[in-house]
Amino acid sequence: MTDFILGHYAYWMTVLLLCIGLYGILMKKNLVKKTIGLSIIQISVILFFVSVASKWEATVPVLDPALPTSDVSAYLNPLPHTLMLTAIVVGVATLGVAFSLLIAIYRRYKTLDEEEILNQIND
Amino acid sequence: MIESHIPALIAFNYLAFAVLITLLGVWKRQLCQPLAVLGAGISSLMSIYGFITYINGGGILRYYFGGWEPPVGIEFVYDGLSAFFVLVINCIAFLVLLHSYQISKREFPYKRMAYYSLAMLMMLGFNGMVLTGDLFNLYVFLEISSLSSYALISNGDKPAPVAAFRYLIVGTIGGTLYLLGVGFLYTVTGTLNIIDMMALLPSYTGNTAVIAASLLMVTGIGVKAALFPMHGWLPDSYTFANSTSSTLIAPIGTKVAAYVLVRVILFLFGIELLDQAIPLTTILGTLAAAGILYGSIMAIAQTEMKKMLAYSSISQIGYIILGISLGNLFGFIGAILHVLNHAVMKACLFMTAGNLRMKEGHSDIRLFDDSYRKKYPWTMFAFSTAAISMVGLPPLAGFFSKWYLALGTIEAGNWIFLAVILISSLLNAVYFFRILEKVYMKNPEVENEPETEPKPVVNNEGSFSMLLPTTVLAIALFLIGLLNVAIVVAITNMYPL
Repeated sequence: MTDFILGHYAYWMTVLLLCIGLYGILMKKNLVKKTIGLSIIQISVILFFVSVASKWEATVPVLDPALPTSDVSAYLNPLPHTLMLTAIVVGVATLGVAFSLLIAIYRRYKTLDEEEILNQIND
Repeated sequence: MIESHIPALIAFNYLAFAVLITLLGVWKRQLCQPLAVLGAGISSLMSIYGFITYINGGGILRYYFGGWEPPVGIEFVYDGLSAFFVLVINCIAFLVLLHSYQISKREFPYKRMAYYSLAMLMMLGFNGMVLTGDLFNLYVFLEISSLSSYALISNGDKPAPVAAFRYLIVGTIGGTLYLLGVGFLYTVTGTLNIIDMMALLPSYTGNTAVIAASLLMVTGIGVKAALFPMHGWLPDSYTFANSTSSTLIAPIGTKVAAYVLVRVILFLFGIELLDQAIPLTTILGTLAAAGILYGSIMAIAQTEMKKMLAYSSISQIGYIILGISLGNLFGFIGAILHVLNHAVMKACLFMTAGNLRMKEGHSDIRLFDDSYRKKYPWTMFAFSTAAISMVGLPPLAGFFSKWYLALGTIEAGNWIFLAVILISSLLNAVYFFRILEKVYMKNPEVENEPETEPKPVVNNEGSFSMLLPTTVLAIALFLIGLLNVAIVVAITNMYPL
């Protein structure tokens, strides 16, 4: 049981971050805080991919004359990192769209509180 | 020569036009809409050509980007299913963009350049999602299409940005869950290529990471497809967006998500692998059935036509997912045929709502009366055809997809689902005949001023550019209904099992 928790601590942290992000989205009334929660969720998945690719006693995936190419286990797998570069870009774009929407919302309703906005829409 | 490049050309043609519209739109705003129509038209022609080549024995096309062969490189797979979906979404997008000429001039005259550029990017995302053979690449195209559609939805009535923001929050959570599922699958199999992974996955039966991945991916895509408990973003988004956005996104957006569900459920995992730990397909089918009833009942309660159509969309996407979850040939035929039918019907219905908003300034069902039939004969012809097709009367298209779905439920021995399909047809009849009754029976209220003559009603139809796509779609419903044997034969060949 201890092994199960300690041996996977990186994944537990990822799950914790995911839950914090979900909490922010579900419970916070302010739309900016919801956006922050969204960002935390995306970052938790990015960290998951990066931690999957980490390996002890291995080096960067650049050809090293000292290490034979016949045995690739001495090199890290670079693919998850490159995937996450794309995912980070997607996250930044999402934040940009979210903030521009928030500006449009604030110009129309003069508030960013979800309940007040919904009250104004239903009136 | 050109045949082998068709998969990439169909999708990236839109990227070229997105840039072209931005460049030429700065110079002349009027050019944006014709350019967008041209872009969608070129892609439609290529997808028609590609589909005909495929049907005539062209076989599956696999396009390797940069010459890197999978599993190292990224590929586009142009098989029967993706050829069919690309054909449907591009032709619908072409007609919707053609229809948008007057609406764009009236509803957002100064934003046309950005709007059509974003519409092209969204179509790039949708085409990429359908064509790609790589799970991570699918995520990237998913986000391209989603980010553009948030922007397109936020252009509309006053609450439109709020609806778009809620869609952004929910949609991004869905996308992120899908990405997490892809991560699980990658750690287990070490590949991202769908065809490669299909071969590897059966050897991982019982692996908990694969089970978790299937749950995460189905949930994530379910959000995009507005599967019943995750549909909350859809009604407001479709209602408050401008007429063109809702006409463009309603027939295409959820269908592409349904396509990804087909890929993931039937092709990638397969029914046995999905059902190994928990009966996921049964849960999906039950949720879809609940969504069918919920969407239909909520549609009856609406007084705004666009909101009614949005709830009807939730109900119709339920049919598609129900058909997929049955896991037999008839269910598959019904689901794929319903994708085509619903795309045509919903585009036609949202176009009629757009026509009415253009000319009357509203689409409130309570204000409809007899004069609408005389003022808008072609619009009402299209509306009646699409409405009757939604209810499912032969020989219109809607009947045949429901027929195959019903056959699928009988073959699966699931009588509750059969009852749901039949009851939902009745509910469809309630909310569409409510409008038809007003349009064809209710006299305009003239008793307020009995001494004056009722105003002479003249034909007040919109311009030719609005009527042509609406009518073409209505006639297409007859054609699809009459030609359904040929379509069903083509769909049967796509069945993976």
